Amino acid sequence: MNPWPFVIAAYSVAIALTIALLLWSFASMRRAEAAADALRRK
Amino acid sequence: MHALANPARFLRFARPATGWLLLIGLALAVAGMAAGLALTPPDYLQGETVRILYIHVPSAWLGMAGWAGIAGASVSQLVWRHPLAAIAGRAVAPAGATFAAICLITGSIWGRPTWGTWWEWDGRLTSMLILFFLYLGYIGLASAERERGGEGRIAALYGLVGAINLPIIHYSVLWWRTLHQGESIGITGSSIDNSILWPLPLTMVGFTCLFGAAALMRMRAELAEAKVEARMRRLGA
Repeated sequence: MNPWPFVIAAYSVAIALTIALLLWSFASMRRAEAAADALRRK
Repeated sequence: MHALANPARFLRFARPATGWLLLIGLALAVAGMAAGLALTPPDYLQGETVRILYIHVPSAWLGMAGWAGIAGASVSQLVWRHPLAAIAGRAVAPAGATFAAICLITGSIWGRPTWGTWWEWDGRLTSMLILFFLYLGYIGLASAERERGGEGRIAALYGLVGAINLPIIHYSVLWWRTLHQGESIGITGSSIDNSILWPLPLTMVGFTCLFGAAALMRMRAELAEAKVEARMRRLGA
């Protein structure tokens, strides 16, 4: 059994989920902080 | 901990820390994964699949550390009524759930060529799956409690009770000697050869920094949302 497809699949899942977590956290932070700033400026 | 109880003081620390954790985490995780894929030799028994170790072990550590963080935040909330404890618990949970999922998926992918099966109801695998479901339960419970205007005490109690699963995961390979191998990396040493082991600290520290960055970003988001809600309430009153 060729092990490389398994290795590549495992790394792909780990990288994709980590990037998704970071992007979601970043986007929700930027959105919330922008809303708070906009409200303060009013 | 109490020095950071003031949200303004916490944000003065969190804003620069988020960027540094992201930068250091990305650099170390990428370096560790590249080294693990290209520079280390294959294992004499597992062959090339041993390379999954460099992502599986950090994700297992972070899945468990995340719940330890939730338990710590729960104690802090219930005992000292730390104002940021409930926010910290809610912020850590998505990151913990993500890394618990990565641990389960990468372990399953490693198991197919090594054990000949994607899944086995082994003590370690099952207790890790329970941890993942505990995270989902915590996320649902904490957000429902927040929407109802609660202080998060029920979620904090759930976080404490769920911590019982942590020693079960840790000792599962000793209590039930089934498919998952015993402890190969301990505080005092490792049974893995250094030629294979050396990139692991890079990915361990790297992914831990990324976990920290994700948790800090979620805490900042929650604090900003709370600020908006308080402002809207004042405007409505």
